[in-house]
Amino acid sequence: MRYAMAIDTKRCVGCSDCVVACQTENNIPIGYCRDWIVESMSGTYPELQLEIRSERCNHCSDAPCVRACPTQASHVGKGGIVLVEETECIGCKACIASCPYDARFVHPEGYVDKCTFCIHRVEKGQNPACVDVCPTHAMIFGDMDDPNSDIAKLVARRKWKTLIPEAGTKPNIYYLL
Amino acid sequence: MVEEIITSGRMTPEVDPILHIWGWEIPLYLFLGGFAAGILFFSALFTLQNKEDRYSMAVKVLPLAVPVLLALGLGALFLDLSHKRYFWQLYTNIRWESPMSWGAWTLLLVTPLSIVWAASWIEDLFPKLDLRYDWLKQAIHMIRDYQKPMAWALIVLAVILGMYTGILLSAFNARPFWNSAIMGPLFLTSGLSTAAAAIALLARDHAERSMFTKIDLVLIAVELFFIIHLFMGFLASTQVHIQAAEMFLGGEFTVPFWVWVVGIGLAVPALLEILELRKRGVPTFVPALMVIGGSLMLRFIVVEAGQASRWLY
Ligand code: SF4
Ligand code: SF4
Repeated sequence: MRYAMAIDTKRCVGCSDCVVACQTENNIPIGYCRDWIVESMSGTYPELQLEIRSERCNHCSDAPCVRACPTQASHVGKGGIVLVEETECIGCKACIASCPYDARFVHPEGYVDKCTFCIHRVEKGQNPACVDVCPTHAMIFGDMDDPNSDIAKLVARRKWKTLIPEAGTKPNIYYLL
Repeated sequence: MVEEIITSGRMTPEVDPILHIWGWEIPLYLFLGGFAAGILFFSALFTLQNKEDRYSMAVKVLPLAVPVLLALGLGALFLDLSHKRYFWQLYTNIRWESPMSWGAWTLLLVTPLSIVWAASWIEDLFPKLDLRYDWLKQAIHMIRDYQKPMAWALIVLAVILGMYTGILLSAFNARPFWNSAIMGPLFLTSGLSTAAAAIALLARDHAERSMFTKIDLVLIAVELFFIIHLFMGFLASTQVHIQAAEMFLGGEFTVPFWVWVVGIGLAVPALLEILELRKRGVPTFVPALMVIGGSLMLRFIVVEAGQASRWLY
């Protein structure tokens, strides 16, 4: 099983509902976020292209943050979800330095925090909060190892990219183009 | 020209707009670790060569400072941890893939060994010292018999420790400026040079002073060679590595690095050391202090610059 997320950049309007939903669902302290919106404008005037992305931890299959962790606090959980065990984290921040996406942060309580794919919901068969709240249905969550899952079919059909694949982390968030 | 403007809604403290998770504690930790490794290396090396009496500052006296330096270094590391209550987790796990982990374990091995090593020279240094307890006298006599094997172990551990101070950084692929295999050898050389300068600074004997001034001169040359290769490597690599190097070639770190680290920390003291060896009346402490200060600066700038360098997307 390999949990992944496909995010449709053609649908996302950058409303930040996913950001707020995550902050509420996971009780994220004010000023911090586990997911965020990036807008990228590229091209030469007048041929400009706008891409809006909802970003978060990529739950990399080859996660440098897990390798950098001296205590196994950062570990790979069920379905490849990359998690941090609060009571094993010493706050050395090696994992933050090792993440090319800057997806992690130091929680005000001292341990390192990041997106969990809402594992507490996923275990009950629900979607991550950001996926369910998205008004344009831009996000799909599921198991990439199951060829019949909605996400696997969508990724097979559409053009997609992952972020900085050249960093070699094998990210599991697919941006549909 | 095709351009890309990226706007991010993320404003995480210590992460945006540029990463700043490590302040003064980690560079100080790396400096002290490298310095201690350098002292242990020379002490063990000249013990194996039976030159402990000729180079007594290097072999017998300075090792007394090593446990203190290591304790201060570990103290700095501890101060940096943001979840201190769980510090002990470092020593209930061994993770070979994590430099943070094997470095912590190396320190755990080196620290007690450095205490035993320093103790083995106590009688030489303080012949009139009355150790009072018989068991203490016996223990010190016993460790004296093992000085040679201990020296071998220390040489190996000192090299590992010195390299580790650089590898801790170079293992981070996510920070292009750190991600160079040169970092380990560069930090090892810089640690050895710091130790050589400290020995030259403190040695009372003229022969010892000039020996370590010569050693330091060679180490400075090696360091300059590594620094040139560091930048050549970056410039021959990917776009993000070139951008990382550009922070030092016209960017924000240009003056601090080339003036303070390379100029005042390496090149000028090297010249002064040459003059000193030619008996031109340069006091030893001037170049020695410049070298020590430069190597501290090197850690600060490299730790800072690595955090400022990143992959762009
Ligand atoms: S995105 Fe960063 S934090 Fe998430 S798994 Fe990859 S390296 Fe680790
Ligand atoms: S900060 Fe915590 S989770 Fe991150 S590497 Fe250190 S111990 Fe592991």
